[in-house]
Amino acid sequence: MKHFSLTIRNLIRRPGRTTALILLTAFLAMSLFCGTIVVSSLRRGLNSMENRLGADIIVVPAEAESKASMKNLLLQGTIGTFYMDASALEKVRETEGVEKASAQVFLSSMKADCCSVKVQIIGFDPENDFVVQPWIAESLNHQLGDMEVVVGCRVETDVGNNFRIYDRNCKVMAKLATTGTGLDTAVYCNMNTIHVLLQAAEEKGITHKIDSGNDSEVVSAIYVRVLPGADPGLVNNRLNGHVRKATAIRTAGMMTEVADSLNGVSRTIAVLIGAVWILALIILFIVFSMMVNERRRELAVYRLLGMSRKMLSGMILMETALCSLTGALSGTALGSVLVFPFTTLIETSLKLPYLECDAGTIVLCACFAITITVLVGCAAGTRTASRLSRVDPGTTLREGA
Amino acid sequence: MQLRAENVSRRYFRKHGEANFFEAVRQVSLILESGKLTVLNGKSGSGKTTLLNMLAGLLNPSEGKVFLDEADLYTLEDKELSRLRGEKIGVIPQGRSAVDTLSVYENILLPGMLYGGAPRTEEAENWMEVLGISGLRNAMPAELSGGELRRMAIARTLTASPGVILADEPTGDLDSDNTETVLAALQQAARAGKTVLIVSHEADAEAYADRVYHMEHGTIE
Repeated sequence: MKHFSLTIRNLIRRPGRTTALILLTAFLAMSLFCGTIVVSSLRRGLNSMENRLGADIIVVPAEAESKASMKNLLLQGTIGTFYMDASALEKVRETEGVEKASAQVFLSSMKADCCSVKVQIIGFDPENDFVVQPWIAESLNHQLGDMEVVVGCRVETDVGNNFRIYDRNCKVMAKLATTGTGLDTAVYCNMNTIHVLLQAAEEKGITHKIDSGNDSEVVSAIYVRVLPGADPGLVNNRLNGHVRKATAIRTAGMMTEVADSLNGVSRTIAVLIGAVWILALIILFIVFSMMVNERRRELAVYRLLGMSRKMLSGMILMETALCSLTGALSGTALGSVLVFPFTTLIETSLKLPYLECDAGTIVLCACFAITITVLVGCAAGTRTASRLSRVDPGTTLREGA
Repeated sequence: MQLRAENVSRRYFRKHGEANFFEAVRQVSLILESGKLTVLNGKSGSGKTTLLNMLAGLLNPSEGKVFLDEADLYTLEDKELSRLRGEKIGVIPQGRSAVDTLSVYENILLPGMLYGGAPRTEEAENWMEVLGISGLRNAMPAELSGGELRRMAIARTLTASPGVILADEPTGDLDSDNTETVLAALQQAARAGKTVLIVSHEADAEAYADRVYHMEHGTIE
């Protein structure tokens, strides 16, 4: 009977002990895998958001309650329907230190017969835009025409379809790459289209007018890039002083806030993983300690029959390694089932940009979780193997004879 | 195959009377010859099992040496001693000595296969038949009585056919019929050239012995 065969028999014929070890190691691997995947996805989301934002300052109506609304709009696609007078754009452009300024108009569709889905619609000016256009250019090789839209990756429609917004048909020209932010659920169109849609919304009773404006004179946000060498803080202050009824917000501050939140979440996840591991390691230690007592007699028999200490340690280690490997593989598989289908739920719960990892990173995280779990399992088993291999067979077999 | 103990002693460090240690075996010398069945009797606690464990290479003597032919057992590395024990010394210990995750048949075949040998199926079948446990072939140890477990351990040793057989109270859990069967089987092994030692506190074994030693207070008389 070869040792591997003995090991397999020992595992199969002690189903309780084997299952307990597999479950524990699966729990360890699952927590590690899910934790690393979530943290990696959050970091990827932050990077994506930084890459996509492209502006140094955002000017929004004072009523937009500044950063909170903008952050939610960018991260979660929270419907933002705030407006200010379009003349603010000229005021911004006139401000010293401003290199480029481009306006966007926001509108939300309704979850009703008039609209395909409830989404955030963003109108931008392709001529002057430096925020959305470079990103759209990755998916569309010409400028957006009237009543044409580009949709975020999570908007449920396909390229070439007609997309209905307030009973107006817009043609889907392209679908954008994933960003992990609220932009994934937005629909982009040019200024002519957005004004048609604003008018259509008005007909449905969705008002977007400001006190003294008309449809063609409103904007929701102005994205600003400062001149090279200019101090964004100083320009921000100038904008706050120069543009009435508007608030200028530095995107760096927003990014810092998001990064801080992300670090907080990462720390929490790390603490949770740590707690899970400490708990599981304590249980693992108890299980192995129990195993030492339970198997003392059995292993004394092996020694009696001629197994050396090294062979005995090897057999116990092989058992532990097989259990740990099975547990690590199942834990990682279970972790995948838990973490990937619930991406949206995780994103919504954490309120942070969340961009699912690419296949390479997922494989790396899985390998990391499996390797660490198997190593820890084997390390715990080594101590047990060492203790059990030193069993004095004569005395042990005589005890309780 | 000759097994020889030269002035072996074994002390345990525990409070015993005026001393801080207890001497279980004291300066014992003993020669076990091949083809002979030797019986070592004595009361419980006289040091018989301790001496057997030292002879089996399972317990380091505090003093003295144990030789299997020319090999000084306790100068060998664990790997060499374990292999030697596995191949040349068969021990039938007191109490349960089954591997609980293996069936009776697998337990019986186990010793000969630990170092990659072919399964001694014919011998196993024969000894199971002789010892009356053929019907328990696929049973698990947990399903066996004390007497059946004991016969399984004896069948395991006889199947492996080592040069030396050391049996510690082999008939302890057996009725008179099975006691006779087991003692006859061990005698048969001795007649076949094995070196056999039976440690017992019962008188039954003496009738089968070529030589009888009596042990008391750690010494052989």
